[in-house]
Amino acid sequence: MDKYMEMVRIRFLMMLAYRTNYYTGILIYAINIAAYYFLWSAIYGGKSSMQGMSLGQMTTYVAISWLARAFYFNNLDREIAMEIRDGKVAVELIRPYSYLGMKAVQGLGEGLFRLFFLSLPGLFFVSLFLPLQFPGHAKTWLSFGLSLLFSFIIFSELNLLAGVVTFFTFRNEGLLRAKRFIIDLFSGLILPLSFYPDWAQQLMAYMPFQAISYIPSMIITESFQGAAVSDGLFTQAAWCVLLWFPIALLWRVAKKRLVVQGG
Amino acid sequence: MNAIEVEHLRKEFKVHKSRSGLVGAFRDLWTRRYTLVRAVDDISFAVKQGEIVGYIGENGAGKSTTIKMLTGILTPTSGRIVVNGMNPHKEREKFVRTIGVVFGQRSQLWWDIAVQESFRLLKKVYRVSDEQYRRHMGEVIDMLEIGPLLDKPVRKLSLGQRMRCELAAALIHNPPLLFLDEPTIGLDVLVKLNIRQFLKQLNERYGTTILLTTHDMSDIEALCERVIMLDEGKIIYDGSLERLKERWGQGKRVAFTFAEAVTSAFLQQLTEGLEVVWKKGEQPNVWVSHVPSGGVPEVVSRVAARCALQDIRIHEVPTEEIVRNIYEEGAVRG
Repeated sequence: MDKYMEMVRIRFLMMLAYRTNYYTGILIYAINIAAYYFLWSAIYGGKSSMQGMSLGQMTTYVAISWLARAFYFNNLDREIAMEIRDGKVAVELIRPYSYLGMKAVQGLGEGLFRLFFLSLPGLFFVSLFLPLQFPGHAKTWLSFGLSLLFSFIIFSELNLLAGVVTFFTFRNEGLLRAKRFIIDLFSGLILPLSFYPDWAQQLMAYMPFQAISYIPSMIITESFQGAAVSDGLFTQAAWCVLLWFPIALLWRVAKKRLVVQGG
Repeated sequence: MNAIEVEHLRKEFKVHKSRSGLVGAFRDLWTRRYTLVRAVDDISFAVKQGEIVGYIGENGAGKSTTIKMLTGILTPTSGRIVVNGMNPHKEREKFVRTIGVVFGQRSQLWWDIAVQESFRLLKKVYRVSDEQYRRHMGEVIDMLEIGPLLDKPVRKLSLGQRMRCELAAALIHNPPLLFLDEPTIGLDVLVKLNIRQFLKQLNERYGTTILLTTHDMSDIEALCERVIMLDEGKIIYDGSLERLKERWGQGKRVAFTFAEAVTSAFLQQLTEGLEVVWKKGEQPNVWVSHVPSGGVPEVVSRVAARCALQDIRIHEVPTEEIVRNIYEEGAVRG
């Protein structure tokens, strides 16, 4: 366990290695949220609610979605693809740890850093200017925290899956890019899922993407009430478990087929 | 006990062949053609504990592939490997605790952070106690003279500095077996000497078994008593460096600098009956003769009697040339 904690620390150090990146990071989050606020207030155009959400709820939804994204988002798929492409994966495999486990921990380190040192300051900054409505219930926050952790696991699992595919294809930038857009679109980051047509909503209910962003955001804005909260959490937990199987299977095959490129 | 045992080891790669031209590229989208490349072809050897073995071969001879199989990174196509009493690929996580690896061409330190942070992480990864770390790494850091580099980020180090840090990083858990894949590539002479001396001390002090690949024959001469030579995936020589030199490097090389121009025909005629081969040297008026053992005084006296000389130099045949000769012939004779 020690070694994994140490890796989180190393990731923090890496994020702090470049100061400019750090400060612009905060700014980018603030700008992003503000831009969405203005976009949505134009769409609402004086209407008090759309799809059962008020403008205040919507702004909070957007702000929280980006906050959550700061935590669950990582580039593990690209990192794995790069390590395979330039052969650095060899160095990882001579270490006494699980390659995928260590990668996931690195993602966690990066996520924690971004959450606490980039987006929370960004959110605080934005809340001085915009009418954000945060819930007062401790239970809501607790469920949200749990839900966010699940989001991270699901997102990272999808990334690991895409990364492991690189062991077979060697180059899959196109696939990785497509995966990224699909997740942003279908996870409810850009648009709450309740705004999609019915058939699309039904389709998305069978996919893991909504469990990444839509569910935690609905929980924190208290759009989910009562049983809907526990149902949401259960869906997320189910995806966490389900996605593990293809990864474990592919990884076992991948290790045998590994070709280390360059030297 | 043997540190490494390899029997009938084989590794095949499927390599995708691209067709030429635009039409070919489109056809490649549908059907791909593969060829089977045998990178390592039925090799067997054993390395005893405490040995330093040089694993040499031209580029693409299969050295790195072998090292990667021995360290558990690649799965062999067939054959048996036992390293430190374990099957590297089967028990990877347990196995890699007992080895240290340095790849000269890729860094295992974290680029953006200070060297000591990488060390600290590796210390945790290998579960090295503070006490052990201080005792062992203190020595390693002293011997490699990297103390002042520890708080610098890796990206600010020169290649020589980085390589010494890499070596230290591979030794954090004081492994009984060390794999070095081209550890001195691109380094200047002083750093090379420092690293060689360090490896020797390590071997004497801790009995560390070392398997190293290199293109630099002076590394081999300084460190290894035994060499394994590889060509096209097959072992073509396995034995002591001494024996290799005796068999291949018989005789001496005598370089004459003449005061005036001479022809090869003239020199041939001069040394008739002595089995001497003359080659033109790189400088003007320099001729190099390859003389069988015992023939040097006769050759020198014959040449000196007939020609005005400015200089005579006598060398042993360098190992690099021995190796080159072996590759040119493709196999070790005898």
